[in-house]
Amino acid sequence: MIRRTFLALGALALAGLAAQPAAAQDKLKVGFVYVGPIGDFGWTYQHDQGRLAIEQEFGDKVETTYVESVSEGPDAERVIRQLAASGHGLIFTTSFGFMDPTLKVAEQFPEVKFEHATGFKRAPNLSTYSARFYEGRHVIGTIAGHMTKTNKIGYIASVPIPEVVRGINAATLAARAVNPDVTTQVIWVNSWYDPGKEADAAKALIAQGADMLMQHTDSPAPVQVAAEAGIHAFGQASDMAKFGPKAQLTAIIDQWSPYYIERTRAVLDGTWKSEDSWKGLAAGEVVMAPYANMPDEVVAAAKAAEEAVASGAVHPFTGPIKDRDGTERIPAGTVADDGMLLGMNWFVEGVEGDLPQ
Amino acid sequence: MEAFLISVLIAATPFLLAGLGELVAERSGVLNLGVEGMMLVGAVAAFAVTYTTGSAAAGMLAGAGAGAALAGLFAIVALGLLANQAATGLALTIFGVGASGLIGQGFVGQTIKPLQKLGIPGLTDTTALGRILLGHDVMVYLALALALAVGWFLNATRAGLMLRAIGDNPEGAHALGFHVVRVRTLATLFGGFCAGLGGAYLSLAYTPMWGENMTAGRGWIALALVVFATWRPGRLVAGAYLFATVTQLQFYGQDWGIRLPSQFLAMAPYLATIAALVIISRDVNLTKANAPAAIGRPFRAER
Repeated sequence: MIRRTFLALGALALAGLAAQPAAAQDKLKVGFVYVGPIGDFGWTYQHDQGRLAIEQEFGDKVETTYVESVSEGPDAERVIRQLAASGHGLIFTTSFGFMDPTLKVAEQFPEVKFEHATGFKRAPNLSTYSARFYEGRHVIGTIAGHMTKTNKIGYIASVPIPEVVRGINAATLAARAVNPDVTTQVIWVNSWYDPGKEADAAKALIAQGADMLMQHTDSPAPVQVAAEAGIHAFGQASDMAKFGPKAQLTAIIDQWSPYYIERTRAVLDGTWKSEDSWKGLAAGEVVMAPYANMPDEVVAAAKAAEEAVASGAVHPFTGPIKDRDGTERIPAGTVADDGMLLGMNWFVEGVEGDLPQ
Repeated sequence: MEAFLISVLIAATPFLLAGLGELVAERSGVLNLGVEGMMLVGAVAAFAVTYTTGSAAAGMLAGAGAGAALAGLFAIVALGLLANQAATGLALTIFGVGASGLIGQGFVGQTIKPLQKLGIPGLTDTTALGRILLGHDVMVYLALALALAVGWFLNATRAGLMLRAIGDNPEGAHALGFHVVRVRTLATLFGGFCAGLGGAYLSLAYTPMWGENMTAGRGWIALALVVFATWRPGRLVAGAYLFATVTQLQFYGQDWGIRLPSQFLAMAPYLATIAALVIISRDVNLTKANAPAAIGRPFRAER
């Protein structure tokens, strides 16, 4: 991986040397820094789809570059600085761990616009953005509540951070709103991407009686395991129907294209401003894959849930909500504010399994 | 419990395949740290060929062949040109990660039919024991057969004795007229062949797909396993199943009320290696008797 970063840096340096100054002014150069390989078919893959969408939308008005598999350490700052120094006007850094390096480079290149995904530190030329994936979790929870026969959802979780905990809670709340007997069994695999372990965790959950699999990890392995076992699963990040045509009910798709196109246009128009963007179903940043393998009435319920959340009629975290120790976290008649959502570190009733603190 | 045991059998197979290959290489005195890279290249080659031809057998062969090809590169550099073995092996891993990603670009998100499960009708389905022991794909049994073959080869054949002699004392073996570099090259190629097969198991059977870096450190566990087994095939089999058991406990443990932090279980295989190393090292004879004396040492024929 280090080797590839070097190669990419070398290529970037060469590209910078070769580029004519005139060409650099004509085109907006948009750079991307990825934490994983674009071949993960998950998180980084979807960001790269957004990059391709920019190219398609703006044609020869833009030029995009990416550096993949950049580790969240000292390397990141070098890569970001290299992009900024080689004439890029807009740079997206797509992992939480790139936050401080991005901020540091942003301060040194005030004329370059920066966009950092999932972070919270901003500057006049540094925006942050993320997507409300929990809105999608609300929809799949609704479906699982209707579809489960064993009343047990299996949840393959990556690492215990608020983003993941929020997703588990949103799905569990929605499922129990449909069917109060449902419980969610969580297994942590302590990795965002390890197809083997994800498959093992899926098998363990099935052995414990789960007939619905949800995942917050990036590989399609759990969908594959569900297909083999003849149960149902929900895809993550990408549409994974191919890996289990009979198994996948729907998938929560990360759709960065609208945001990336909008921000690129803003730079081209000169209207770009530093801001914090956290959009969901309504903005088309979170998209549900086609509903499949379920009866029509469940499709209707899923679509209703999707529309209700998108229109704002329903908030996935509407009180009264108690955590599983019985403490009231969200009082009746109120909804969770973004601060609470971003710091969520407790499980709702009905979630089983450890929550490492 | 049944699902747990089945998972253990499956999870142990890549460790077993890659570990056996590395064991033979190390017994000949070659330390090849490129197992992870060879596994990845094996995984992508196996997937690519199976996806293109539809034949899992061709895929297995391609995976093993790709692993061996990478090992051949190692042999040229480390055995032929006498480069430092540890550095060459590490470079091989880095190269394997990059090369497999490059080859695999067009195969991300593609699917193949999983490797077919064998089974004896009437036995496999009706009893728990049958489901646990008999219902697997061919590579699970191949790995065990290979362990037997390697054990027999090292302990009961003249060629095995020669290989061990070369690993312990290449100068002496050379003086007796054995072809040290040739034998070490063959052992290295066998190591790559097995590592490639282990990678092929991941992309054809374990999780039938290709994803970059899908081995996720299993090559390093295989390396640790060889040391854990004190270079003996029998103990390597036991170690592979032990490591797989610990890995699977991470997922089944919670249901059985084993309330250990999951991070602890995630690092358990490595802890087990260290613990075993400490225990084994206390008995010097136990380690010395098997550790190849000339491991990692380059050999140049004087005349």
